[in-house]
Amino acid sequence: MTLANLRPMAPELILIALGLVLLMLDLICRKKEMLAIVTLIGAILAFYFIKGSHGGLFDGMFIADLYSNFFKTVFIINLLLSTLISVKYLDTERALHGEYYALLVFATVGMMTMASAGNLIVLYLGLELMSLSIYVLCGFLRNNIKSTESAIKYFLLGAFSTAILLYAISLLYGSTGSTDFNKIANAVAVMGAGAALKPLLLFSVALFVTAVGFKIAAVPFHMWSPDVYEGAPTSVTAFMSVGPKAAGFAIIGKIFFVAIFGLHVEWVKLLIPISVATMITGNVLAISQTNIKRMLAYSSIAHAGYALLGILTADGDGLTAAMNYMLIYMFMNVGAFAVVIMLRTEDFAGDELKDYLGLAKTHPLAAFLMMIFMFSLTGIPPTAGFIGKFYIFTALIHSGQLKLAVAGVLISVISAFFYLRVVMYMYMKDPEVETPVSDSLYLKVALAISVVMVIVIGVFPGKFIEFAKASLILQ
Amino acid sequence: MVPLNWYIWLSGVLFCVGMFGFITRRNLIIMLLSVEIMFNAVNISLVAFSHYMEDLTGQILVFMIIAVAAAEAAIGLALVIALFRNKETITVDEFNEMRG
Repeated sequence: MTLANLRPMAPELILIALGLVLLMLDLICRKKEMLAIVTLIGAILAFYFIKGSHGGLFDGMFIADLYSNFFKTVFIINLLLSTLISVKYLDTERALHGEYYALLVFATVGMMTMASAGNLIVLYLGLELMSLSIYVLCGFLRNNIKSTESAIKYFLLGAFSTAILLYAISLLYGSTGSTDFNKIANAVAVMGAGAALKPLLLFSVALFVTAVGFKIAAVPFHMWSPDVYEGAPTSVTAFMSVGPKAAGFAIIGKIFFVAIFGLHVEWVKLLIPISVATMITGNVLAISQTNIKRMLAYSSIAHAGYALLGILTADGDGLTAAMNYMLIYMFMNVGAFAVVIMLRTEDFAGDELKDYLGLAKTHPLAAFLMMIFMFSLTGIPPTAGFIGKFYIFTALIHSGQLKLAVAGVLISVISAFFYLRVVMYMYMKDPEVETPVSDSLYLKVALAISVVMVIVIGVFPGKFIEFAKASLILQ
Repeated sequence: MVPLNWYIWLSGVLFCVGMFGFITRRNLIIMLLSVEIMFNAVNISLVAFSHYMEDLTGQILVFMIIAVAAAEAAIGLALVIALFRNKETITVDEFNEMRG
């Protein structure tokens, strides 16, 4: 095997090399800003190599196809945006350790491996590479009690859910005799649907739903997420509210839509109550929050519920809509967190709701950007959030799930209350304190990219929908 | 020869023991141990399936799980130490900085 044969996994290899280089550079480089620039260059290089990656490697264990390339695009843009918003933030928090960027890069490699997995073993390894890096990132502010507490909570529940996932893998392996997705699909097809199914197989499906539910923070497996999102450094919260969630949907596509698609009647039955409960709980509990990071945590739970609605259709349209939703969610969510970071200065935390009082008078631009992201999260046209929800509900209606579509629309009305409350605080109240905002150039670039994408996807959605549609594996 | 069913029951019971320990115990170290028990329950079932189906994939996965579980334990204990330095306790009930 020569290096040229490894072309399908070039983006991953570049990022792994980048992570190692960052660890070495950290020892010799005094100015940590350099590390961020190296991360950006490496990530853009990897991004450039995604397009030509195509084909299977290692006997079908690693598959680079259009489906995984779609998710890799999402993960690398997420890495880029997270790096951009971290530079100034880490300086403010006095957490200038070079490992930060290396861990971000390794977590991204883990997600990319998950999206490319052709086999349960590779999927497990990618998942652990992602999770282990993010546990450390959550506890990155070592002397901050909230940060360490959030890391330990995430670690305990993450390890617990990994154990459940492994049990599901073991039972699936036991009942089908393989860990390869396509071979599992064949074995499930041979066994046939309905009465002839082994109880072990059904039990394994239920365990898969539980384990994936933990990873994407679906109710009733969401308990960890508000505490973890609030305690973790804000830049990490932005990174992990998008990355692991999108990776969770990537493996839903691999497991539910390929390996055990023959059992879709069963897993759809399990997912319907979960997705409805996720939407209701996320939106209702977000209303009573006073901390904006915590509010965004509950909102992120609710958004997982909307994306799950797309999965419920068990067809290509629904999966496309969910993938598209993840792409859109990334821009609006990282954008909102970037504004939260913008307010964080030396002696001002800026993550309470009352810190936003009268922001439009003191910092009109920051308030305007926050307003766009809040409109997009609510789903008001002409922002991207509207397009995301529109395609999810269209896919649901086409597959005949009218009741669910109506429920989804009604529940999303609740969310208008707490998103627009932030806008109301900014525009219709008087400021209590006057504080400066961060003037980091990196942060401004990240904000500009997010806001432009939110508007562009909102006004010209065609290209992005086509991109997601062309990336489907199952036809 | 011991039938496959016995191994599956053993692994299922062991998994439940680990899960019960994780849910009821309040000491971080014991909770970590409980998760390790769950991992090893999975390993037993994987090796049993692998042996009875005469297919080595399961045993390869077991090696991966053992290696990753070691890394996981290292990170977990490091986090416990970081937390103990901040808070001087490892009882999970007292980790209540955040509410809502």
